[in-house]
Amino acid sequence: MPGNDTDDISVELQYPMALLKESATPDVPTKIHARVKARWKSGFSESSFRKILYFTGVCVLVLLAAIFLSLVIASFPAIRHFGVGFLSGSTWDPVRGEFGALPFVVGTLIVSFLALIFSVFLSLPTSIFLGEYFTRGATCTFIKSMIELLAGVPSVIYGFCGLFLLTPLVRSLEVKLGVAPYGVGILTAALVLSVMIIPYSASIGREVINLVPADLKEAAFSLGATRFEVIRKVILPYARSGIFAGILLSLGRALGETMAVTMVIGNSNFIPTSIFSPSNSLASAIANEFTEATGRLYLSSLIELGLVLFVITTVINVLGKVIVRQMGVEG
Amino acid sequence: MREFPVRKRILADKLFKAIILLLSFACILPMFFILFFITSKGISVINWNFLTQLPKPVGEAGGGIFNALIGTLMLIAVSTLLSVPMGVLAGIFLSEYRKGRLVYLVRLSIETLQGIPSIVIGIIAYVWIVLPVGSFSALSGGVALAMMMLPVIITVTEETLKLIPDSLREASLALGVSYPRTILKVVLLSGLSGILTGILLSVARVAGETAPLLFTAFGSPFMGFNILKPVNTLPLIIFNYATSPYPEWHRLAWGASFVLIVFVLGINLFTKLVTRRWKVQF
Amino acid sequence: MESTILRIEYFNAFYGQTTVLKDIKLSIPQNKITAIMGPSGCGKTTLIRCVNRMHELNPDARVSGRILLDDEDIYARDPIIVRRQIGMVFQKPNPFPTMSIYENVIAGYQLNGIHLSKEEKEKIVTESLRKAALWDEVKESLHRKGTFLSGGQQQRLCIARALAMQPEILLLDEPTSALDPKATSHIEELVAELKNNVTIMLVTHNMAQAARVSDYTAFLYLGELIEFGATGTIFTAPKDKKTEDYLTGKFG
Repeated sequence: MPGNDTDDISVELQYPMALLKESATPDVPTKIHARVKARWKSGFSESSFRKILYFTGVCVLVLLAAIFLSLVIASFPAIRHFGVGFLSGSTWDPVRGEFGALPFVVGTLIVSFLALIFSVFLSLPTSIFLGEYFTRGATCTFIKSMIELLAGVPSVIYGFCGLFLLTPLVRSLEVKLGVAPYGVGILTAALVLSVMIIPYSASIGREVINLVPADLKEAAFSLGATRFEVIRKVILPYARSGIFAGILLSLGRALGETMAVTMVIGNSNFIPTSIFSPSNSLASAIANEFTEATGRLYLSSLIELGLVLFVITTVINVLGKVIVRQMGVEG
Repeated sequence: MREFPVRKRILADKLFKAIILLLSFACILPMFFILFFITSKGISVINWNFLTQLPKPVGEAGGGIFNALIGTLMLIAVSTLLSVPMGVLAGIFLSEYRKGRLVYLVRLSIETLQGIPSIVIGIIAYVWIVLPVGSFSALSGGVALAMMMLPVIITVTEETLKLIPDSLREASLALGVSYPRTILKVVLLSGLSGILTGILLSVARVAGETAPLLFTAFGSPFMGFNILKPVNTLPLIIFNYATSPYPEWHRLAWGASFVLIVFVLGINLFTKLVTRRWKVQF
Repeated sequence: MESTILRIEYFNAFYGQTTVLKDIKLSIPQNKITAIMGPSGCGKTTLIRCVNRMHELNPDARVSGRILLDDEDIYARDPIIVRRQIGMVFQKPNPFPTMSIYENVIAGYQLNGIHLSKEEKEKIVTESLRKAALWDEVKESLHRKGTFLSGGQQQRLCIARALAMQPEILLLDEPTSALDPKATSHIEELVAELKNNVTIMLVTHNMAQAARVSDYTAFLYLGELIEFGATGTIFTAPKDKKTEDYLTGKFG
């Protein structure tokens, strides 16, 4: 229609009509563009589209910056009040208004590193299993899918199962050892967490082990080495940094994990004294107390815990990604 | 130099393989335990009442998870609506502009975003939405979940679109199709299956999230469709019931866990099966 | 009397600092097949990509000079309109994989948001596929995806798709180099018939093809137009020594 300059241009083509009419003369050039030219409008133009794309990219940056800034600003009352002492303060007593993060930092670190050690015991063999022994076929697909499913199970379900299945076991162990039978505590949390983080190191480990060049392995085999020796002396050293990066990544995941840990760590605000002690991680402290926080100082202290957690996990994750990139493997 | 006798080496090799096999299968044992317990304890709880009733107060038997089911769906809807348009556009941005300072910074931001613990995201949603609005709400929960979905959607979109050969763009441009239409109607459409898969997978992930909802959506015993009011979700109800001292509620938590696991693992399985069929050949 | 449909005047093309085409002056006759030939890297693909303004998709690309279509400088107009008047078929067949054969042919209209009635669409599809000598082979399976066709059929589909836009000029960038000999000869026969409807510029690295198919030939070397003339004349009595050397295989 004349004057219509919206995106969808209705063009009456004479072309098909000319064909239908027997009398159409062959040298009547019925061209579309002649009509389109008269009313063409680019509508959604290229430059506006590109601007939108650019803008979206900038939005992502802004989002991240806003997150960091919000954390800092919201924890400001606590930062101003406690300063650096926040991290070294060993008392977290909301009633008296004393907020020191040390119990949670200690709790987080112990649980995470313990979980890491437990999980490496299982994930490294699995990486070797999938990367070297069974690189394809039904067994491989089965184990790989199972590991992926492990990553898909929601954290609260891990916590639930940990609470009802694992805690009684730990409790009876504690009874046998003559320790206070809480059942919950650092050990339980570390065990549950270790299962949750297996997929992260297992999949990266599998990839790097798989990528070890065949000619290196063949050279070793041809010298009469057994598979065990090839793995020990050729594959693992070569894949070392990739495996390490995978471990770092699962550490990052462990540090930030909340629900499963919250449900089995025992919710104690004191610095833990043994692996059977109840404790709290940074994340579980926030989870447990956030909705009950009264007063600006309390709330901003909890938010500062979040800021600390943010910084720690970001540093670990970036470190892991940097190492992965240096190895040339897609993490 | 003393040489290690060959027989010992072969023995060590076989032993090693056995240990590796054992530990690898041990790795997946927890999965079996979890599935077994949830199914055995949860399946008996599932009945029509369970799925269609609201939670009952403490002491009363029965009750259901209906509001949690609706709440979960509501949050998924809100977070998908918020994260998909921006995520897909940002993914297009990254795949069209492969190099450059902004691209590098955006990639870095996405990786950082992906690593932020979910509870910290919850804090952010609390500060940004719950405080100004004045109450817990489905909206704040949706915003938190959207921030968690965003990096995944961007990455999946970028990866999918990068695989689409330039020849397709050229074919479209040579027909006089404008650049925006070429990207949206040709390139994006060709990559649709990959992007949809990514969206489904991130939905599966956020459906099971609890931490960011603890002080945003918060949970509620009531039924509601108002996104400015607190809302209950499956993971929240599992958390609240499991950590309560009432055995009746524990029973319901097993049932809810069963529903949740079926949902989450179901989506994962679905995407695995369907991806192969949807894949576009070039 | 032959008329000139496209005039290329004092045309240069650059990629960043590198000059790819130098001072090209060429008149393309209407409704004839003009072959553009030359050794690798001589700029022939760049030349036709400048004609439909695909060259400038590269951010480092620059041009100077004029290319006049029907006496209008295409560089003074919207590139999108130019590309609707000048169609292109690429070296590797690239039908849209998510579309059926039917949809592929009218893709130019659909993607541009141009509404057509069902009869109009059917007419265009039938006509274009007939002109591309593909109709008989696919008329039963118009609604299947285009990717199951053989290489030669896919290329003819791409030709049909370009023809559906009723372009004035059809640019063929080495259209048969990815095809087997049988498919190649099909396309060559097809091209010979097409010239009644469109003007054709055919880039080829295959001299024999240029000799078989074209009415006029342009020989490019290192970005310069060395010689242009009737194919018969070029191949039997080339005026420039470089042309003669190329034809006799002294370099390629």
